[in-house]
Order: sequence, then structure tokens, then C-alpha cells
Amino acid sequence: MSVTVSITLNGESVSAAVEPSTLLVELIREHFRLTGTHVGCDTSQCGACVVHVNGCSVKSCTLLAVQVEGADISTIESLAKNGRLHPMQQAFKTHHGLQCGFCTPGVIMSALDLIANNPDPSEMEIRNWLEGNLCRCTGYNNIVRAISAGAQAMRG
Amino acid sequence: MYQFVYQRPGSLPEAVEQSTQAREGLFLAGGMTLIPTMKLRLTAPSNLIDLTDLAELKGIRQEGNAIIVGATTTHAQVVSTPEVRDLLPALAALAESIGDPQVRNRGTIGGSIANADPAADYPAAVVGLGAIVKTNTRTIAGDDFFTGLFETALDPNELIVAVSFPIPQRAAYMKFPNPASRYAIVGVMVSQGNDGVRVAVTGAGPNVFRVPEMEQALAVNFAPEVLEEITVSADELNEDLHASADYRAHLIKVMAKRAVVAAT
Ligand SMILES: Cc1cc2nc3c(=O)[nH]c(=O)nc-3n(C[C@H](O)[C@H](O)[C@H](O)COP(=O)(O)OP(=O)(O)OC[C@H]3O[C@@H](n4cnc5c(N)ncnc54)[C@H](O)[C@@H]3O)c2cc1C
Ligand code: FES
Ligand code: FES
Repeated sequence: MSVTVSITLNGESVSAAVEPSTLLVELIREHFRLTGTHVGCDTSQCGACVVHVNGCSVKSCTLLAVQVEGADISTIESLAKNGRLHPMQQAFKTHHGLQCGFCTPGVIMSALDLIANNPDPSEMEIRNWLEGNLCRCTGYNNIVRAISAGAQAMRG
Repeated sequence: MYQFVYQRPGSLPEAVEQSTQAREGLFLAGGMTLIPTMKLRLTAPSNLIDLTDLAELKGIRQEGNAIIVGATTTHAQVVSTPEVRDLLPALAALAESIGDPQVRNRGTIGGSIANADPAADYPAAVVGLGAIVKTNTRTIAGDDFFTGLFETALDPNELIVAVSFPIPQRAAYMKFPNPASRYAIVGVMVSQGNDGVRVAVTGAGPNVFRVPEMEQALAVNFAPEVLEEITVSADELNEDLHASADYRAHLIKVMAKRAVVAAT
């Protein structure tokens, strides 16, 4: 029995008919074809699927689409404007904060939630915040540098 | 996951009614435990009753000498609420040690204690601070709430509304976390309040338990040295790939001492 879900997705009002068991990440990737949000583990561990729901970072593989009825959702696709990278994306490029890039959208959405509440985080605060984001390539050092630099660029 | 009917009641009575009517209804709070369990097909509710819109279950407030935390309060809300940080910093620190930021943004206190995972953190706070669990039908003393491995005193269709924590004179929570999940391999809450000293241990046994010998010694002298002479038995403690029962018994004393130091 399908249910209609209406949300704001990256600033646009959209709706879709889904099964109650449809995950938010399936709605985003398979229905709306925004494939920047990744599925790594599908078991709430890796953070590749992190998006913002009403401004808070969450794991979209562990949320039902029906739970976010009426919510404001932002994905990695909301960041670049008119072909210009967001300062945090630019910082990842400049500081080699990614190798294969699979974890990157989730890491960036997670980092932006940190910076919204803590515009100038210390290295330890960044490392602790990344508890829910696994990266199998970089060893994290360049991710931490990139987030620091991105935060600085955002402070202007 | 198996198919189910999703319901989103607007009030507490409506939620209880929907759960009573359902063949096999389950309440859905943050979903951080329930959704992974459903994906693994370890549970297959006929109806999911989402508690998100129930005003009765929301919010944190101070009432006399107690902090009342609504059942659907997220771990992140506990961390960021000024009353909790000022009056019950041990609870804010405990909530901040759970999982990762995204789990804390969704997971709730009601879901955590209803689930009664042997390695969950909140059970140590409920028992270690002498809290009272308020449900839609009654109040349950924290000491009587956890009854076994993943088992609680809740009846079918009974809903946790809030948890009331008396404000202690001093308290601290120390845990030895699993480095991957941050669940407690051993976590100890020590508090001193109007009803004396409490030492509650999570992660080590099938469910949270108190250590009366430590409580008695600390009531005489609230200092880490008094725990030195107490031996914690490894009998009936958990043993898994993370830690042996002997190691857990050792950790109980180490974490208890650290908690006493942090609380003084
Ligand atoms: C990656 C990861 C790491 C984690 N790390 C930790 C950790 O370090 N420490 C820790 O303690 N926990 C940890 N957790 C668990 C987390 O704290 C969960 O949020 C919590 O156990 C369940 O809360 P929930 O609100 O998500 O409940 P749900 O998953 O929605 O529900 C869990 C159970 O409780 C029932 N329930 C929910 N609310 C009520 C209510 N008000 N009344 C009656 N029954 C109710 C549901 O029916 C269900 O059976 C982790 C989880 C994940 C995914
Ligand atoms: S895919 Fe969601 S946490 Fe890994
Ligand atoms: S860049 Fe490959 S997983 Fe992080």
C-alpha cells in the first residue's frame, strides 16, 4: 500500500508515492535520481548516506521516507551554485581530502552540520565529530585539514 | 525489510489505541535500533506507530529537584539543553558519548531504555541516578525497570512518556567504549544524592546492575581508594570477542574509580 510523501528537497517542493518500507536514501537516489548520496554499509555505520533533515545531519539509510513527511532535506547536490563549488567542497579539492570519493558526500554533509554549530572547530572536535563517517582511503588526515580550511573559508 | 502499515498518531491515547488494535504493533522513535533490526528481518511488525508527533513525549523540564526528560528527546537534545548541562552534567556527558553525531540526532532516551541493550549507556543513568520511568499507565522505579537481556518491565502496548532524574549532589559516568560503535564494553555511573550512593554498571552483565559493596564503602568515604579492596566477581559477566568476563570485572573497578574521581 503506497503512501504519498511531500518534502522540500534542495529547496524544491516535491512529492512521491512510496511504500512505507522505502528508505529515505532510496527516495533520494532511486526516485529523485540524486545519486550524490551514497550507500556504503546500509547498516548505519559508515555515514556515506548522510544528508540534512531540517538542518540536522542524519543517516538516510536508517530513516524511512514516510518519517520525513513535510521536512526540509538537503543533499550534497544543494552545495555547488552555478557551477561554483561550495567553499567546503573546494577545500576538499585543494587539500586532497578524497581519493576514491565514495565517503566524501557524507563527510561533507556531516562537516557542515558541525560548522553550523561550531564555526571554528579544533582538530580534536573535527576528529570526534567524524566518528560516524568511515573513509577507507585517506587515513583521515587530509579530511581533517580540508574541514579546517573549509571552515576558515566559510568564516570569510 | 518486510512490509508493514505506517501510522502517525497525533496524541498519546491515539497511539495506545493504534498499538492495541494492531496484530503486532511496534512504536517507532528514532529508529536507530528498530530500522536496522527490521532490515535484517529480525523483527517484522505488522504496524509501525511513529511517536514523532506526540507532544506529551517531548521536551526537557525541571520540576523541583528533578529533571524530566520526555521519551522522544534525542541524545543531541540532552547534550545541548542548558538545564541538563548545569544541573546534571553527568547525564549530558553520557548522552554525548553515545555512538556518533548522526545517531545522537535521531536516537531517543525512550527508545534506548525500551530496547534495553546490555551495552547501552542510558540504563546506567536510569539506575545509577535513581530515576523514575513514567509510562502512559504508571510509574516504574528505575531499579525495577530492566529485567533481563533486552527485557524490561513494560507491558505490551505500554508507552514510556518520560524519565524523571533526581538531581544528585554529585555524579559522573565513565565508560570503556567499544572503539567501533562506542557502545559500552563497561560503563559505570556513580552518584551521591538524597537516597545515598549509587553505583550502576552497564555493558558487563545481561542488564544493568548495582554494586552494593561499592555503594556502602563510598557512603562512608567518597574516595577512589575505598574501592581498592573490593573484588568484583567475574561470574555471570558477559564474555565476547571484545572482552573476557575477567577483563570486564577488572574494568568495572577501574571505571568506578575514575567516576568517583570525576564526581569529586
Ligand atoms: C551506529 C550506532 C551506534 C550506536 N552507539 C550507541 C552507544 O554508543 N550507546 C548507546 O547506548 N546506544 C548506541 N546506539 C543505539 C542508539 O542509542 C539508539 O538510538 C537507541 O538504542 C534506540 O533509540 P531509538 O529512539 O532510535 O529507538 P527505536 O529504534 O525507534 O526503537 C527501539 C525500541 O524501543 C521501542 N520504543 C521506542 N520508543 C518507545 C517508547 N517511548 N515507549 C515504549 N517503547 C518504545 C521501539 O518499539 C523499539 O522496540 C547506537 C546505534 C547505532 C545505529
Ligand atoms: S550507508 Fe548509511 S551509514 Fe552506511
Ligand atoms: S575517499 Fe575513498 S572512502 Fe574516503
